[in-house]
Amino acid sequence: MDQQTLAAVLQFLKNNKLKDAEAALRREAKLPDGSGDSGGSSRVATSGEVSSVLSAYESEGDLARYCEYYSSLSSFIESSLDAHKHELGCLLYPVFIHMYLQLVYNRHEKEAQKFFNRFSVEQEDWHQEDLRTLSTVKTREQMEVNDLMDTFRSSKFVLRMSRDSYQSLRRYLKQNEHRELLSILQDHLFIDVFDGVPRNREQVQATSGAMMGEARRDANKVKVLYGLPKEPDINVPLDDDDEGGDGEDKPKKKKQKKDLLLNKNKKADPNAPPPSRIPLPELKDADKLEKVLSWKEGLKRVPLGRENLPSICFYTLANAYQNVSAVGISEDSSLLAAGFEDSNVRVWSLSPQRLRTMRGASELDQLDKEADDIVERMMDEKTAADSWLLHGHTGPVYSTSFSPDREQLLTSSEDGTVRLWSLHTYSNLVVYKGHNYPVWDVQFSPTGYYFVSAGHDRVARLWGTDQFQPIRMFVGHYSDVTCVQYHPNSNYVATGSSDRTVRLWDVLNGNCVRVMTGHKAAVHTLAWSPDGRYLASAGVDKNVLLWDIAYGRLLAEMKGHTDPVYSLCFSREGSLLASGGIDNTVKVWDVQKVFEEIAGSDDLTSLDRASLVEVGSLLLGSFPTKATPVLKLHFSHRNLLLGCGRYQHN
Amino acid sequence: MSDRVMPDVTAESIKVIAESVGIGQLPDEAASALAEDATYRLKQITQEAVKFMHHGKRRKLSTADFDNALKLKNVEPLYGFHAEEHIPFRFASGGGRELHFYEEKEVELGDIINAPLPRIPLDVNLKAHWLAIEGVQPSIPENPPPVPKEDQHAADRPPGVTAKPSGKDGTKPAGKPGKAEVKGLPSEVAGVKLKPVLTHELSVEQQLYYREITEACVGSCESRRAEALQSLATDPGLHQMIPRFSTFVCEGVRVNVVQSNLALLIYLMRMVKALMDNTTLHLEKYLHEVIPAVATCILSKQLCQRPDVDNHWALRDFAARLMGNMCRNFSSNINNIQSRMTKTYTKILHDEQSHLATRYGALAGLAEMGHDVVKSLLIPKLKEEGEKVKTLMEGPVHNSVDKTAAEHIRALLLKHCAPVLAKIRPGPDNQEQYKTDFGYLGPLLCAHVVKARQQQQQQQLQATTTTAAAASVVQRPTLQIPQGRASAVLSAMAAPRTPTPQATTPSLLTISRPSTPANPPSTPTTPTPGTPNPQTKYIIVSTTKASTSTTLPSTSTISSSGLASSSSSAASTIVKFVSAAQGSASGGSEPRVLAQLPSGQKYVVVSVPSSGQTTTTSQGKTQAVVVVKSEGQGSQGQGSIVGVTSAAGTLAQLATSSSQDGTKVSSVSQSGATSKPNS
Repeated sequence: MDQQTLAAVLQFLKNNKLKDAEAALRREAKLPDGSGDSGGSSRVATSGEVSSVLSAYESEGDLARYCEYYSSLSSFIESSLDAHKHELGCLLYPVFIHMYLQLVYNRHEKEAQKFFNRFSVEQEDWHQEDLRTLSTVKTREQMEVNDLMDTFRSSKFVLRMSRDSYQSLRRYLKQNEHRELLSILQDHLFIDVFDGVPRNREQVQATSGAMMGEARRDANKVKVLYGLPKEPDINVPLDDDDEGGDGEDKPKKKKQKKDLLLNKNKKADPNAPPPSRIPLPELKDADKLEKVLSWKEGLKRVPLGRENLPSICFYTLANAYQNVSAVGISEDSSLLAAGFEDSNVRVWSLSPQRLRTMRGASELDQLDKEADDIVERMMDEKTAADSWLLHGHTGPVYSTSFSPDREQLLTSSEDGTVRLWSLHTYSNLVVYKGHNYPVWDVQFSPTGYYFVSAGHDRVARLWGTDQFQPIRMFVGHYSDVTCVQYHPNSNYVATGSSDRTVRLWDVLNGNCVRVMTGHKAAVHTLAWSPDGRYLASAGVDKNVLLWDIAYGRLLAEMKGHTDPVYSLCFSREGSLLASGGIDNTVKVWDVQKVFEEIAGSDDLTSLDRASLVEVGSLLLGSFPTKATPVLKLHFSHRNLLLGCGRYQHN
Repeated sequence: MSDRVMPDVTAESIKVIAESVGIGQLPDEAASALAEDATYRLKQITQEAVKFMHHGKRRKLSTADFDNALKLKNVEPLYGFHAEEHIPFRFASGGGRELHFYEEKEVELGDIINAPLPRIPLDVNLKAHWLAIEGVQPSIPENPPPVPKEDQHAADRPPGVTAKPSGKDGTKPAGKPGKAEVKGLPSEVAGVKLKPVLTHELSVEQQLYYREITEACVGSCESRRAEALQSLATDPGLHQMIPRFSTFVCEGVRVNVVQSNLALLIYLMRMVKALMDNTTLHLEKYLHEVIPAVATCILSKQLCQRPDVDNHWALRDFAARLMGNMCRNFSSNINNIQSRMTKTYTKILHDEQSHLATRYGALAGLAEMGHDVVKSLLIPKLKEEGEKVKTLMEGPVHNSVDKTAAEHIRALLLKHCAPVLAKIRPGPDNQEQYKTDFGYLGPLLCAHVVKARQQQQQQQLQATTTTAAAASVVQRPTLQIPQGRASAVLSAMAAPRTPTPQATTPSLLTISRPSTPANPPSTPTTPTPGTPNPQTKYIIVSTTKASTSTTLPSTSTISSSGLASSSSSAASTIVKFVSAAQGSASGGSEPRVLAQLPSGQKYVVVSVPSSGQTTTTSQGKTQAVVVVKSEGQGSQGQGSIVGVTSAAGTLAQLATSSSQDGTKVSSVSQSGATSKPNS
């Protein structure tokens, strides 16, 4: 928070007679007790904050000449050296926007219209969406209630350019004394200058596209502890092999493999956060058993790679009259939950085990609580069914997430709530209110207890299942937060937004530690690689992007989908990435190739300039369905790829 | 979306809206201010609604998205626009203005309340299938065909065409699941389009499949054959094996024509039909093998061991119909199949020396080419052919073979020419006039034309009960519902009975005739909505046997009217005739009729036993009348099969599908069990 904002908040508290809060804030901010400087802070008008910021647009300059200024800038950029051209080209869009808004603000509607019609065509394709929104703003009154406007006037558009390019820009500005242009550059743009070779067209394009320009260089400087913590020692007997009597050599082989896995887990990762960094729920016996079982399943894993493509088992939802808007699959691939636009949620069992509810209280009371199979006994065999319907939401359900122990299910909906359901009783346990606007995504942490939700209110929230209030709020996106993904080590949360950025947040302090730009349209899905270092994202722009979290840089761009991508999943060993969308295809990408490429190159040299790893096409396979959009992809422990979607006839 | 259309709400619209809510005199300034604001709000709402569409993971913006967007802005959503797939906006213009409006019908609440409850929709269910197995997509019905038909076509193009840098190749989307792509081979190297190497090696599984299918198709087990043909007709992903199958058919025909093995020829033709029915296959490149084979079966002088008794006529009819379908489906300006075949046929007819059976084939072939061909080529020849028939039948030299042939030719001409004549000749029909115009065939033709006219005029259908005794009736009144054009005429010609007892050969071969040339053969009919009498819907399949004296095969017609009277989807009726001959050449045949009614409502499978077994009574009749009466409300017609009569006592299988509507078999009566097929 800068001083000005702080002062504004203080003034607000003062005006509303919130003395305690004011005092607390002052203490926190280490400001002197400020009865004295109230006069000083009065320059920040409280109620008129909006107007004060807006008034920045007031300009005495000759507005009618904006067209001229803009064409002059544009021709300067066009005529500048090829080396600088593309970096300087980024200037045009923000300058265009702010010129237009100044014209509108100063009630030059006609000129504004002319200006817009003349130059909006020249902007890059990915800006057209915002331009459409902007084009609806035609009067000063409309400016004050437009969300996008809000964003533009309150934040600076970030540009990055090399020192050489910047120098040439300055020379231009000196030569032509366009005061208005200069003031726009000063007030609304942040030019992040770096030393080095100017970037070329591809490099500039790769990272542009976000609503408010690129990420500042210092935004991605914080070290991210992306490694996985050491697996806790689990003292559960491992030798209770079901198929123990199979032969002599088989167990031996397994032993070796086990050792390998154990070694891998025991090795301390230098990038891993200390286990006590975030208080995590303690492992229960059941959790330990779960871990062992999943790990055992992992032993039967099929190694995948460019030679060994996965098998895909596709679950098709038939007869769904209402559109399916969300599908979730439990970590162990035994349960599937689908959210419908008619606000229902339905849970299916994908394993032979049918779904049962718990017995009634009186029956439960009679059970022997010390029995080994107490969980089994608690279940009422009579209620076994293939699927359960959960009613409760009052709007389309946009996301479902199973808890790691498969006892709970989280759903988020258009009605602004997140609901926690018990999968023992198939009833609603808790309603988490807080977003007030549609909640687009919700996800359990890999350890359970915590979960994170994201919604239209541009905020991602971190919750604990036993609290009504969010524990952390992740604020910073300029538009809806469309998707969230918990980091495998539970210390970070990645969010994607319709401001076309992907951000990484530290759960410990709620700080934004990575901002990654490059998407050209809203991001709708994220996936972490199993080792926690790489993040894949995709969305409406049909491209799948792969990010290196260690440095926050773009590694690869995977093009091939013809419609928005809604699902991503890494294979269990991280060598393949599967993507699926409403173009009804599952595509499999060879991300191993990228990892191998960057392992060879020196990471630090290419830090500043996001350069794509040149490896050619990564597409390994494309598997179309007949008429089923791919809404969810999930790799089972054995590396079987599961997909799900709703069949759309006609 | 770079189109720069900036639609605005005009001040005039605002004024109209104001008037509709009772504000008469809205000042211009107010109207334009309101219009501007309305435009802004509408656009804002639309932009929000798009967000909901994206989160609903859809491509189509729905009314619910707008409601949600309104809710987001704290505005009460618009009620009454739910549950519509799309809102049918209509367009009107006049006085230089254009208007799009939504036609709102007044709804009588009473009607809704008193209407019977709709059926409970099926529950959502989850079905799993293998989309890929170790990176390879299995060819199962759940998956799309491995190589789309267009790509098969592209791959089939001669190299000279493909090598050209045509724009067509460039437009082919790279994401197409071609074989080359799955293997990761770049099909485009340095700008030069390389034709991907198509391996024509069959996998072991495919080889096994090929063996199984071919064995079953020509083997003796009828049920296996049916399965094999079903597989050929429906399985996707057979494209790699078409060359093999077409060679199989071609070679098979060559060998069996020499050996005059009628049954095998029939089986091979049925294979061709099954392949043609398969919508995922692209047969065009293999016509050079298939067409000669089929043409042979139409035109060959001798197709069976004993031309006097074996029913090779049915094979000719069947093959001719196949050829007709091929011409309709595959004829193009380049290959000119239709004109080349027509030329072949007419050449035979011009040749005075041509064999009678060949002549029959040529006539049948022409007759199947469609009304225009019949009109321009067959009808002018009626007189000439009539004379020929006359000399054969009444001439001094009595040769039973020739006489049978003459009877067949006459029947054929009457059958195909009468409906066409009824259309092109103005009434009334005068016996004498016909006689002068058409010579010997005139009077008979006249009778047929009159009948055809009656059928066309007949609005109300009566289901005639056909009993075994009715076989003595010379001509069964056949029913045809006029519905623009007779959209599906399924003709099954019974073996005419000659005075001498015959050894049976497969007697019935039926094939559906597509209603329009463009239709693929498997979907022959599209019931036209809005027939004069949509309440009654009958489907009549009748296969009658002509009596000895006249040997006039009557046509059996399947007509369906108004099955989709109000549904706009125009559910297509799929009537599939599968005729099956069993056993060896002397074995009894058992043609089966398989009809699938619209939108999977019901299947009618009728087994029509063969007639005239050598060992059975001479009264063995082939009659099966299935009357499917469907009384539908709207598109959800409830069908019930009213009655099934199977004359010869074999089973009339009625398989009713267990689809949504309650199709019932109300009675299956078997009458006058006289004979059993003796194979």
